[in-house]
Amino acid sequence: MSLVETTTIIPPKKGWLNPTNRRRLENFKANRRGFWSFWIFMVLFVLSLFAEFIANDKPVIAFYKGEILFPVVVDYPEEKFGGFLAVTDYRSPFISDEINANGWMVWPPIRYSYRTVNSEVPHSAPTAPFWLMDKETRCAAYPLGAEDPNCVLGNMNWLGTDDQARDVMARMIYGFRISILFGLALTLASAAIGVTAGAVQGYFGGWTDLLMQRFIEIWSSMPVLYILLIIAAILPPGFFVLLGIMLLFSWVGFVGIVRAEFLRARNFEYVNAARALGVGNWTIMFRHLLPNAMVATLTFLPFILSGSITTLTSLDFLGFGMPPGSPSLGELIAQGKRNLQAPWLGLTAFFTMSIMLSLLIFVGEAVRDAFDPRKTFR
Amino acid sequence: MSDAVTPLLSVRDLSVAFHQGGRESLAVDRISFDIGRGEIVALVGESGSGKSVSAASVLKLLPYPSASHPSGQILFDGRDLMTASEPELRSVRGNDITMIFQEPMTSLNPLHSIERQISEILALHQGLQGASARARVLELLHQVGIREPEKRLTAFPHELSGGQRQRVMIAMALANRPKLLIADEPTTALDVTVQAQILELLGRLKSEHGMSMLFITHDLGIVRKFADRVCVMTKGKIVEAGPVEDIFERPQHAYTKKLLASEPRGEPPLLDETKPIVMQGEDIRVWFPIKAGFLRRTVDHVKAVDGVDLTLRAGQTLGVVGESGSGKTTLGLALSRLISSKGRISFIGKDIDAFSYSEMRPLRDRLQIVFQDPFGSLSPRMSVGEIIAEGLKVHEKQLTAEERDSRVAWALEEVGLDPATRWRYPHEFSGGQRQRIAIARAMVLKPRFVMLDEPTSALDMTVQAQVVDLLRDLQAKHDLAYLFISHDLKVVKALANELIVMRGGKVVEKGPAAEVFAAPKADYTRALMAAAFKLEAVEAGGIRQ
Repeated sequence: MSLVETTTIIPPKKGWLNPTNRRRLENFKANRRGFWSFWIFMVLFVLSLFAEFIANDKPVIAFYKGEILFPVVVDYPEEKFGGFLAVTDYRSPFISDEINANGWMVWPPIRYSYRTVNSEVPHSAPTAPFWLMDKETRCAAYPLGAEDPNCVLGNMNWLGTDDQARDVMARMIYGFRISILFGLALTLASAAIGVTAGAVQGYFGGWTDLLMQRFIEIWSSMPVLYILLIIAAILPPGFFVLLGIMLLFSWVGFVGIVRAEFLRARNFEYVNAARALGVGNWTIMFRHLLPNAMVATLTFLPFILSGSITTLTSLDFLGFGMPPGSPSLGELIAQGKRNLQAPWLGLTAFFTMSIMLSLLIFVGEAVRDAFDPRKTFR
Repeated sequence: MSDAVTPLLSVRDLSVAFHQGGRESLAVDRISFDIGRGEIVALVGESGSGKSVSAASVLKLLPYPSASHPSGQILFDGRDLMTASEPELRSVRGNDITMIFQEPMTSLNPLHSIERQISEILALHQGLQGASARARVLELLHQVGIREPEKRLTAFPHELSGGQRQRVMIAMALANRPKLLIADEPTTALDVTVQAQILELLGRLKSEHGMSMLFITHDLGIVRKFADRVCVMTKGKIVEAGPVEDIFERPQHAYTKKLLASEPRGEPPLLDETKPIVMQGEDIRVWFPIKAGFLRRTVDHVKAVDGVDLTLRAGQTLGVVGESGSGKTTLGLALSRLISSKGRISFIGKDIDAFSYSEMRPLRDRLQIVFQDPFGSLSPRMSVGEIIAEGLKVHEKQLTAEERDSRVAWALEEVGLDPATRWRYPHEFSGGQRQRIAIARAMVLKPRFVMLDEPTSALDMTVQAQVVDLLRDLQAKHDLAYLFISHDLKVVKALANELIVMRGGKVVEKGPAAEVFAAPKADYTRALMAAAFKLEAVEAGGIRQ
């Protein structure tokens, strides 16, 4: 047959991206600001995942009496080093002298965890960042003053201490991590629930859609904050309790866009074609419709993520968030508000929050650009 | 310079380039043409040949700056529009040069009444307000042949039919007595009978107002009947230009010859009453209820399909023709059990009219559909191989991956595509190739019955003929039964050996295709044929406006 419209055959490239996604990746990279924000954010996030190796009151590796120890990972009882506590306090002069006498130990760059209280603060907490004081002042509380072997950089408070003499830098690192993890968990969980609900509504339509839509209207008109306060008064606050309560309400945000996308696409000709082939409902939803809805969902995701982080922070600020003592940016802001004479508290929280949220928004913008089929870059 | 010799519009060396993602593509490559006063010039070519882009650049309506003009001059009445400022251009647009578009459904604002749409232009360019504007609007509506224009003033676009909307568009275009009308495929989205009426209207207006016209179309029939001169475009270049008679009688360029020879040809299979019956329908009805009142009681029905009987035998093609809204697609969907209907439907000996979706599933491999729009019917996210294999995964689960792959390759060969294309994605293919892929998706399951829902209407002329040939070859080879739904009588004539003419859900005429084409009995069928083959509007047929 000569009717073939001849096409040149390119041997198949086994790429993991189909051409549409490859173009989206190009578009994402073309937004320089978003692209760099993404990498900066990823570096910060991955670093913060290893916070225990960066800011901790335990050495990373210790060598004691011919044995290599990993105090970061393993809890050694203090009796191993001749002490009596159940958990070793490596910062106490007695233990550190003992270990240094019989071996060596390598500290993380910051020798404080988020809950470590600095007992060598020069004056009553909160204390200023060390670079605002001269060496005499900052080492004043050590037994030998400026000459003390423990008055080294790792024991300094880079961003000062809070009102309980805990290292702000360490609390910031851990607080950043918990904010992001909370945001991610909440976003992914609500996306999973919201997308499923929206998909079912949009695909089946009719009574299913009508009833669920009415339910969502009633559900989303609940005063979320008050319900949070009431539940927080009954249940002990914690990461998963908070996550659960906020998940109850946050999934609703996805339903609208996914439902609209499914309503639009369920009568696309290729969906009808699949139906005519006898493909099952769930396969159609998953293979043909979900990719359409994912565009809207993915575009939405970074903004929901920053929203979740802000919500957690504001709850912490009000004191209804994470349990007392946990590292949290909201709690840091609250301290900054109580201690206006110690501006490093408020400033740290402010810069952390604003940089983190800006990075996420920039990434979000780039994602939105990437999925915009009409966007062209010159 | 006298009016008689200087052309009204003179396009010189016009090029249009588009930039995307750092790449530049030339859509129009140094074309030149003139339009004299009172002359109709047609730009003909297939989709992608650059004809619409050329027309839009006359008014500089392209999406600048992603579009640009590397070269060219557009002289209108001695003025160069290419270098004109935006305010100057605005005074020309809608005033001296106006444009009507292909899609009457979307080119009117759905929230404005007809009066408001038209008087907006009058107010903008002539400053007409109030009663004088209304009088002019009525005059215009009367001119374009809208009956009872007084009653139509407050109507909204959705209350009008496609033809009426296109008439309103034309009224808007005529409002300021333009010197040049650019018509971009003004009849493509309309039914054949309405198309004939619109063409007649445009011809009348041209002779009454002495307007010039730039007419863009892919339909050579229209050009021949309607235009004075014609420019044939392909791949951004004008390959041939001249008076219509010259081009049609003595085409010089190979592409023009190909275009002229691209009418669907060939004979449908012979009628054979002895073949086994594949699909039979008795008194098929699809009624959509109209509900009203607080309790949503059914007060009436929209009778989309109303009592249709049909019998389809193996190896035969039943053509279903009719205007849009006549229920032909609904009939096809009812037969393939994609919408619910009343009346007995029997498929390969089984009564399937009461089957549920899951009961139908085992039969779906033998009952296939090819849809109209080859751009919409292929999922953009799946490779060609995945698209074709989808049905195999449902119906022939026992196949291994290699067996499935070889079946896909076989199906692609059947439809005349290289099997190596199965790793590529639909967007890399042209419309005709995509339709072949859609046909391959149906063929891979070895069906007995294929419903073809306007499979050629979204394709270019030359490709149409190829797809028709392909369908006929496949039918002969596999003894397929086709239900061929189309409004294009030329294509139907080349494929169908039996015919049903539908109107308003009812069968107006049925019989062997040869007989119906040779001697149509019903008035409606006669009007349809006149419009389709001679582009003449026949009032006697009682065709809706």
